[in-house]
Amino acid sequence: MDALLHQILAGLATGGIYASVALALVMIYQATHLVNFAQGEMAMFSTYIAWTLINAGMPYWGAFFLTVAFSFVFGVVIERVVIRPVENSPVLAVVVVFIALLFILNSIIGWIYTYTIKPFPSPFPEQPFFGNKLMSSHEMGAIGVTLVVLLLLYAFFRFTPLGLAMRAAAQNPESSRLVGIRVGWMLALGWGLAAAIGSVAGMMVAPIVFLDPNMMGGVLLYAFAAALVGGIDSPGGAVFGGFLVGVLENVLGAFVIGNELKLAVALVLIIGVLTVRPSGFFGKVHVTRV
Amino acid sequence: MKRMLVPIAALLSAALASSAALAQKKYDQGASDKEILVGNINPYSGPASAYGTIGRTIAAYFKKVNEEGGVNGRQINMISYDDGYSPPKTVEMARKLVEQDKVLLIFQSLGTPPNSAIHKYMNAKKVPHLFVATGATKWNDPKTFPWTMGWQPNYQTEAKIYAQHILKEKPNAKIAVLYQNDDYGKDYLQGFKDGLGAKAKTMIVKEASYEVSDPTVDSQMAQLQASGADTFFNITIPKFAAQAIRRAWDSGWKPVHYLNNVSGSIGSTLKPAGLDKSVGLITTLYLKDQNDKAWANDPAVVEWTAFMKKYYPDGSLLATENFYGWNVAQTLVQVLKQSGNDLTRANVMKQAASLKGFVVPGLLPGIKINTSASDFAPIESVQLARFNGTDWVRFGEIMGK
Repeated sequence: MDALLHQILAGLATGGIYASVALALVMIYQATHLVNFAQGEMAMFSTYIAWTLINAGMPYWGAFFLTVAFSFVFGVVIERVVIRPVENSPVLAVVVVFIALLFILNSIIGWIYTYTIKPFPSPFPEQPFFGNKLMSSHEMGAIGVTLVVLLLLYAFFRFTPLGLAMRAAAQNPESSRLVGIRVGWMLALGWGLAAAIGSVAGMMVAPIVFLDPNMMGGVLLYAFAAALVGGIDSPGGAVFGGFLVGVLENVLGAFVIGNELKLAVALVLIIGVLTVRPSGFFGKVHVTRV
Repeated sequence: MKRMLVPIAALLSAALASSAALAQKKYDQGASDKEILVGNINPYSGPASAYGTIGRTIAAYFKKVNEEGGVNGRQINMISYDDGYSPPKTVEMARKLVEQDKVLLIFQSLGTPPNSAIHKYMNAKKVPHLFVATGATKWNDPKTFPWTMGWQPNYQTEAKIYAQHILKEKPNAKIAVLYQNDDYGKDYLQGFKDGLGAKAKTMIVKEASYEVSDPTVDSQMAQLQASGADTFFNITIPKFAAQAIRRAWDSGWKPVHYLNNVSGSIGSTLKPAGLDKSVGLITTLYLKDQNDKAWANDPAVVEWTAFMKKYYPDGSLLATENFYGWNVAQTLVQVLKQSGNDLTRANVMKQAASLKGFVVPGLLPGIKINTSASDFAPIESVQLARFNGTDWVRFGEIMGK
């Protein structure tokens, strides 16, 4: 029983990682209806910025918020400079740009910082909360941070005029334009938000998996599964999907199929969801009138 | 026929009163009166580029040897290519070295996957593939691959030593094993089971594997802990080793923790994991640690430091790779010295397989390099060491052959 509980909690901890990256994926999907393969590397890039700031002597929270701000700008710039020119190209062209971004960011960081792992500080205490040994304080804290980000996003889209404008621009660009929303900028803002969320994810992930240029490689695949399971256009669904994938992967890996097939769980989920319920648990079912 | 020729030639040369050596000068491509051409492949770029510095150290060492007159009057010239740790690239570079640059041998190509990719090629071409920089056990297979030889203690040798230590210290241990699900992890696991012998089945209570693509090994660690094991053999690369060390600490699991030498670096594994959390780890060592204060005045470390300052001033004095490169380069120089004026590939290989009690300065006291026609594993002994929070402290005898 204890073993099962331990697996579930460890699953929630890794699930929190998947959830935060899945959230960023959902943000970009909402803005552009594309899945950004470079999302993980963008988050990793931001985390290195934070690492550099902290090593230069900046206090953790200062570096944290500066990195989030920087990442926001970075996301907007990428959209304006790299994505915009291929906006109306076929989907494949955009996907190639995403993949190119992935490799470029990965190589640049590898070149500057080398590929050896680096410890990344956690804002949470080193001793476990309430003497519980099954989850570290950082893992619990990271889950909390993911939920707070989700809440902020919800509030932003639900209660602010800018959030409303962004939703409108994504769902119906034509009509939005007619009511005076600058759709292009809304898309760029979406990218900025996604990059900012990604940077938070990166800074929460790095203390667990250690900082290295490839730290997001495995995570991104699970995050895809999470986002698809929850519904690629639903932030709440993505977070739910993240926790679900994390727990399923652990419980199945430990007690049913063995560790060798853990990765397969994610892939089976992706294929299963795409064939049975393409919109995921919480996604909107899109009906197009012919 | 060949057997006849040698004594005849010797007789003739004696009769002509010239030196025997002069008469016996024999060369394959890549060797001449003036030079010995050596090929090398290293990851100067890509994910394993931290090891690229080994190639630079070796080049610097050959420069030193050349300035001091070379080997038997010949200069060693090394051509070193970058394969970015990508096996297809390694094949391309190996072919270029052998077929275009016409090197005598390839020395210290790095990594198990890159070397596996050129293993058959080198043996088909009968070009010495010497002292490869990987710990896989398969390089010691003189029957099937008579042209390939490793250098460092191989994974199975090392794993057997942990097994011996457990059998001696804790014969009723309940052992949990975490291993990477590939050739490297399975090589160690195999050696470990062989070392435990018949008791492996009862002593190993849980094995858990992970994939390099897994974000964490938390789930595996929870499984191992739940098995009730009191001894833990950790077969992981630095990233996952650091995760496992920290996870064990977080969850309050305190087994006797054996860590494979692959992740034995204090800087790249234990520091990220937390030095306080690494206290008590056990690993094996075969080289002196040039950063350890205990060796600061050791002649080998002093000589190496002077060498680095003069010939490779950009190289880091903290990187163990640079110390390693200096030592392995000396082994090749010894082989070339022993080859004398018979610089054929066959003789170079024969000499590489005839190292008897050879000592490079960086080896721990008591460890010697021994090879023979049936033993292509140069270093086969190590010493156990325990981490005390700042350094690896060696204990016990030199173990192995």
